[in-house]
Amino acid sequence: MRHGKYRFLVGAMAAPLALYAIFVISPYVQAFYLAFTDWNGISNEANPVGLANFTKLWSDPLFLAALRNNGLLLLVVPLATIVLALFFSAATRGTRVYRVVYFFPQLLSVAIIAVLWQFVYTPNSGLLNGFLNAVGLSSWKQSWLAEPDLALWCVMAAMIWSAVGFYVVLFSAAMESIPVELMEAALIDGASSGAIFRRITLPLIFESVQVAFIYLGIAALDGFALVQIMTVGPGGPDNSTEVMGLGLWRNAFTYGKFGYASAMGVAMFLLTLSLAALLLRATRREQVELA
Amino acid sequence: MNPTRRVLLAGAAAATLSGCATAGSSDDTTNKGNTSAENPLGVPAETPLEVVIFKGGYGDAYAIDAQNRYKQKYPKAAVDQKGIQRVGEVLQPRFVADSPPDVVDNSGAGRLDLATLVSSGKLKDLKELLDAPSLDDPSKKVRDTLMPGVVDEGTFDGKTVILNYSSVLWGVWYSKSLFAKHGWTFPKTWAEMLTLNEEIKKAGIAPWTWQGKYPEYMNDPLVSLAAKAGGFDLVKSIDNLEPNAWKSPAMLAAADAIYQLAARGHIMAGSEALSHTEAQNAWCKGQAAFIPCGSWLEGEQQQVTPAGFDMVMGTVPALTGSDKLPNGAVMAASSESFLVPAKAKNVQGGLEFLRILFSKQVARGFAESAKALPVVNGATDGLTLPSGLSSVAQAVKAAGPNVFSYRFRTWYAPLSKAVDDATGELLTKRVNPEQWADRVQKAADAVAKDTSIAKHTR
Repeated sequence: MRHGKYRFLVGAMAAPLALYAIFVISPYVQAFYLAFTDWNGISNEANPVGLANFTKLWSDPLFLAALRNNGLLLLVVPLATIVLALFFSAATRGTRVYRVVYFFPQLLSVAIIAVLWQFVYTPNSGLLNGFLNAVGLSSWKQSWLAEPDLALWCVMAAMIWSAVGFYVVLFSAAMESIPVELMEAALIDGASSGAIFRRITLPLIFESVQVAFIYLGIAALDGFALVQIMTVGPGGPDNSTEVMGLGLWRNAFTYGKFGYASAMGVAMFLLTLSLAALLLRATRREQVELA
Repeated sequence: MNPTRRVLLAGAAAATLSGCATAGSSDDTTNKGNTSAENPLGVPAETPLEVVIFKGGYGDAYAIDAQNRYKQKYPKAAVDQKGIQRVGEVLQPRFVADSPPDVVDNSGAGRLDLATLVSSGKLKDLKELLDAPSLDDPSKKVRDTLMPGVVDEGTFDGKTVILNYSSVLWGVWYSKSLFAKHGWTFPKTWAEMLTLNEEIKKAGIAPWTWQGKYPEYMNDPLVSLAAKAGGFDLVKSIDNLEPNAWKSPAMLAAADAIYQLAARGHIMAGSEALSHTEAQNAWCKGQAAFIPCGSWLEGEQQQVTPAGFDMVMGTVPALTGSDKLPNGAVMAASSESFLVPAKAKNVQGGLEFLRILFSKQVARGFAESAKALPVVNGATDGLTLPSGLSSVAQAVKAAGPNVFSYRFRTWYAPLSKAVDDATGELLTKRVNPEQWADRVQKAADAVAKDTSIAKHTR
């Protein structure tokens, strides 16, 4: 009986695992290999160049700019998204309508979000400048995406807007699983709502927050699609919104440097992996068992 | 090359395109039949032909026309022709595995990088085709039926490896009816341009707008001005990455000329953040008088151009009174890059397909269906062209031999990006012309020094 079960499992899993190995794992492995070559994407020759691609990364001003920008995204986007999501999910407890509304952006593809936000920021007929005009702040009007000091922040706003809804739903679900008695007991003890949130709600949903940090951290190290579609250049003005993914794409598909682009990919992979490990470690806490 | 690497790369190819590629390269044995006056290229009558066409803004009706003519001539050969969009993604694994189609139109946003194809030796030298008698007039070689610059543009280090089909000119566009209404005439020199701009401003219209989101649109008038003032020598020195070419007086003066548009407030507010569609639509609505663009503008704006707008392209005005190139000199390049892969199974058939494609009849059909100018001489004679296309055709005639084109954009993509970035900054006045030239020169020097980039000279 037991034997038969494994045979069934192997039979059922073999095809999906093989597909996964061919289409997901093997390209990863190949990218690692290609990162040490000078492959141009067309030739059937790829000459090993050792660590040259990696050492070049550290003197490539565009990659360094990208690293800086991704770093800024990493500092701002996860924290801002989580704070907003916690606020909204706490503020809208029990009102499902809002949650559905907050979730809407999640249903749109990144490309559509980028195009929508481009319309928001466009200088002459855009929503943002139009709004500023209407409320009498026309002196604040800008060519938002064409200002090097503002462009990245504009991209961040779109990124946060599109992510918040998902985490509102995630946090709301986690909050609903907190036993009502706990809240009642705290209320009877005279705890303020701020204290309840800090001392009871947050610790009890901390696992969800931790997951959110990791997901959002990974998203902040990417940002390719929004930047590619929304920004001037793309990646501009003057590389002020350059991100690693964009540099990788450009090197591979417009410069024909697949080896170098793979090295960027490997660097991104390692950065993402160590970020996730670091976050998991740094935010480890005692688990609270509710049963 | 060691076998494990090949296996791995074939695997990479397979992973990209669900395993249609097979590794292993055949030797360069050409499959050639007997030659005759009717069949000067020696096309084997029964060998199948595979053609891959980029089906974009120009459609693929003209290529289907060529295919039908090929079938008529070689009824025993099966022709497999596909019109697709993402040429690069589909063909990259096949080039890696050395089993490419026989003819490729390597165009569109997802095309393969030409410089890489060339440096990997993947393309067939088209000399045999260029020296073959043309289809329309056997006493004329194919190379003599093409517009000036076309063969040159497809030539890398003495070998012509691509032939572009559609001729693109770059200039400054305006509405004939708008100009007639206000009594304006298109300026002949840049000084006149700046004076006219002041007048346009007084009429309550922004003199210029541009596609600021993609700064390369403004590079075209900038480098055109420089070429006019500095002549063909300047163009060559730029492409050959000569030291301080970007800081030459003509280039600096051209950068300053363009900078003046921004400095004098001749550009519609917000243009620096507009996409090409937004800027071009604003121009079509009459919010701005001039816009820089290539000759595809009329086709691209077809849906939104108001009746009676009558857009025409003017050639970029002269930079000074003592330009090296005469007035009317124009920047032209061609697009829709046709090539025959070196490892094609039916190289002769591929060349013959191009000989048919570059005939007058097929080219004429292209002008009609794609509303663009084919590179075949005299193909549009006697056709009634819309206002924009006819102004482009006139510009070609007026320019005569004074047609120039820069090659650095295809040769050195990183330099091209640096120029775009710098020009975006120039037009927002965040850098001045000297700083612009400094930045670009630095990028050019970096490319010249970078041993991983294959160099070309002209």
